[in-house]
Amino acid sequence: MPKTIMSVDDSASVRQLVAMTLRNAGYEVMTAIDGLDALIQLKARPVDMVVADLNMPNMDGITLVRELRAQPAFRFVPIVLLTTESQAEKKTEGKAAGATGWIVKPFQQEQLLAVVRKVLG
Amino acid sequence: MTVTTADPAATYRQEAAELLAQLEETLLDLESSPDDQELIGKAFRALHTIKGSGSMFGFEAVAAFTHHVETAFESVRSGRFGVTPALISLTLSSLDHIRGLIDAPEDAARPEIEERGAALLAALADIVGGAASGAGSAPPALIPSPPGERKTWTVTFRLAENAMYCGTNPLLLLEELRALGECAVTALDDRLPGLDEMDPAGCYLGWKVVLTTDQPRTAIDDVFIFVADDAQIAVEEAVPLAVAAGKETPSAAPASPPVPSAPPARGESRPSVRVQAERLDSLMDQVGELVIAQARLTQIAAASDDLALRSIAEDVERLAADLRDTTMGIRMLQIGTLFGRFRRVVRDLSQALDKSVALITTGEETELDKTVIESLNDPLVHLIRNAVDHGIESPEERLAAGKPAEGRIVLSAEHAGAQVLITVSDDGKGMDRAAIRRKAEERGLIRPGADLSDSELFSFIFHPGFSTAGQVSNVSGRGVGMDVVRQAINSLRGSIEVASEAGAGSRITLKLPLTLAIIDGLLVRVGAGRYVLPLSAVEECVDLSPEDDAQGVTDETGGRSFLNLRGALVPFVRLRGIFDVPGRAEGYQKVVIVTSGGLRVGLVVDHVIGQYQTVIKSLNWLLDDVEHFSGATILGDGSVSLILDIPHLLKKAQAGHVVTQAS
Repeated sequence: MPKTIMSVDDSASVRQLVAMTLRNAGYEVMTAIDGLDALIQLKARPVDMVVADLNMPNMDGITLVRELRAQPAFRFVPIVLLTTESQAEKKTEGKAAGATGWIVKPFQQEQLLAVVRKVLG
Repeated sequence: MTVTTADPAATYRQEAAELLAQLEETLLDLESSPDDQELIGKAFRALHTIKGSGSMFGFEAVAAFTHHVETAFESVRSGRFGVTPALISLTLSSLDHIRGLIDAPEDAARPEIEERGAALLAALADIVGGAASGAGSAPPALIPSPPGERKTWTVTFRLAENAMYCGTNPLLLLEELRALGECAVTALDDRLPGLDEMDPAGCYLGWKVVLTTDQPRTAIDDVFIFVADDAQIAVEEAVPLAVAAGKETPSAAPASPPVPSAPPARGESRPSVRVQAERLDSLMDQVGELVIAQARLTQIAAASDDLALRSIAEDVERLAADLRDTTMGIRMLQIGTLFGRFRRVVRDLSQALDKSVALITTGEETELDKTVIESLNDPLVHLIRNAVDHGIESPEERLAAGKPAEGRIVLSAEHAGAQVLITVSDDGKGMDRAAIRRKAEERGLIRPGADLSDSELFSFIFHPGFSTAGQVSNVSGRGVGMDVVRQAINSLRGSIEVASEAGAGSRITLKLPLTLAIIDGLLVRVGAGRYVLPLSAVEECVDLSPEDDAQGVTDETGGRSFLNLRGALVPFVRLRGIFDVPGRAEGYQKVVIVTSGGLRVGLVVDHVIGQYQTVIKSLNWLLDDVEHFSGATILGDGSVSLILDIPHLLKKAQAGHVVTQAS
C-alpha cells in the first residue's frame, strides 16, 4: 500500500508541485491550505508523513507541529517544515516543537524526494 | 482536499499575478505612509514568495531579478534606508518588469529586456547602495559528489532521548549509512535505564558504525543533518583495516548487545597459533556436551520459581551459544585449500583424454567446517572427472557445435543461509535424457512411458551401477562414482541437485550444512518417541485434514498419499507407519513438509514440539545398517532422540511416488 503524505501550504502552486512530485514518486497525497485545515483533515484520517509550510494564515507550521505532536496518532509521524533561507532561526523553533526536519525553499523536486525518503524510509 | 492535475507552472503564474497586484497596492499604500513597518514586511514577503516559487517552477529570470529587488527591500526592512518616492516608483517599474518576465518567459533572454532589467537594478543599487550586487541565489544543485578515495570511518552517534517524538527513526539513519558503503554496526546500550525509569519510546541506545565508503565525509554528515543539533555525533577516520571488516558480527537489530570482543582496529600483526586438528575436534565435542548440559539446566530452571537460578540459566545459555559460535568459527577453513587440488586433476585428465579444458574456480574464500571440507574431496573429484570425461566434448566436436575448442568447468562455492552451495558446471554436451530414461526402463526403475520431471530423471544417475556411457573408459563410465557421491553428500547431511541442458552443459549443485556437529532441529513426536528433523530441510508445517488422513492407510510402504498444498500435490508418508507405531494418533496430526535435492515430501507426525538446538552424535557402527536415521542427540531431560535421515526418507517416498504415477 502506498504511503500517504499530506502537503500543507497556502500557496496553491507549491501544493501542486509537492503533490505532483510525490504522486509521480508513487505516494498518495492529501493537501490542506493551512494548518487549521490540515488539523481538521488529519483528525479524520491519519497519514504517514506531513510536509508543511512555515508561514501560513490561520495556523502556521510550527503551531501545526505542536498540535499534531499532542495527538497520540501523530507522536512519531515525520513532519517536515518548508522554510526559506531567511528563516534560519525558525528551524530551531520548529525542531523544539517536534518537527523532524526541514526543506529550504526554493527546492528542486529531487531534494523534496530525498528528504521524504530520508525520514519515511 | 484539492485534487487537481493542473500544471503547477500555470498556477504559479496566476498566483504571481495576484501577488504582484497585492504588492502594487502595498507599494501605493507605502507611498502615503512610508514608515509603516507592517506594509514594508508585507512587500518583502510578497517579493520573497515570488522569487522562491519562481525558481521552483522554472522562472529562473524572475527569481534572479526579484532576488535583487528583495535584497533592496531587506535593507529597507532592517531600517538601513527609508522608503522614498524614488524607491517606490523604481520598485513599481521593477514590478512591471517582473510581470513581463512571467507573462513571456521566452523573451527574458532578449537583449532589450535584459538591458531594461540591468538598468532597473543599477538604479536600485544607486538608491540602496550596492545592495543589488550579490549574485542570484540559485538553489544548490543536487549533483552526486564524485566518488573519492575509499576510506573507513568510525561513526558514533547517540540521538536525543526524545528523538523519536520528533518523528526521527534511528533505523532509517542506520539504513542511510548502510547505503553509503559497507557497515558494521554495534549498539551501545550502556545508557539503558532500568525498566521502571524507561520511557518505551525513548531513544537510549547509541550506535557505533564502522563504515567503509568512497563517499566524502560530507555525505556522512548529511545523514545526520536533521538531528545534528541535539545528538552526539562523532565521525572519525579509522586506520584502514588490513583485513575486511566482514568478519565482525554486525548487530542485526539495534537492541542486540555489543559485540563483546571487537576486532582490533589495526590489523597489521595479528598473532596466530597452530593447533592440532584433534584438539579442535575434542573442543567441539566438549562444547556439544556443554550445550546439552545447558539445555538440561534451562529446562530445570524453567520449571523452578527461583529467580536467581533462572537468571544464571539464562547467562549460561547465552555464554554457551557464544562459545559454540566461536568454536565453530575456529573450525572453519576456506574451501580454496580444496579447490587448489583439482587444477591438477583437470590438467592430467584432459591430457589423457586429448581434450582442452579450463578449470575456473570462484568463491575460494567461502568457509566451511573442516570435517565437511575433508569429506568433500572424493565426491568433488568424481564430479569433476565426470564433467571432463562425459560432459566436455572433444575439441573437434566442440568446434563443429560452434563452441570454443577449450571447454570450461566452473567450480564455485557460496554461502546461502546456514548452507553452502558448491556447484560444478561444465559447458559440454549435457546429459542425454533419452539415454537415462532408456537405461532406467531397462533396469526396471520406472515403467515405460512414465511421466517424470527433469530432477526425477536426473536423480537416476546416482543409482548404483547406473551408467549411460556407451563404452567404458579407464576414467569413468563403470557406473561407480555417482552413487558414491550421493552417499558421501547424504552422510554430510547435504543434498544434490542436477540441471542439464542438451548441448549447453550440466550443472550439479551440492548443498551442504556449514557444520556437522550442531544443527538447528525441529523436534517432533511420533507415538511415544521423539525425533529431530534438521530445520534446514523443513519448509513448513501444516495440519493433516481428516479427508487427507483417510487416504491410503493400508499401503505396504507405510501409507503413501497426496496432500493438496496450495494447488500442488505433495506426497506424504506416515512416520507412524514407517516406525511401526501401533494404534492411531490422538487429535489432529501434523504434516512437516521437507525438501531435499529439489524433491518435496510431507512427513506425518503426531505433534510438532518445537525448534531445538541439536548436538549430533553419530550412531555406532553396529547400527550402520539402520535405515531412516542419520544420528542421535540428547534432549534437555537427558533422553535420547533419533535424527531423521531426510534424503533417505525422501528417496523412499518419491520412489514410491514414481511407481504410483506410472501405474
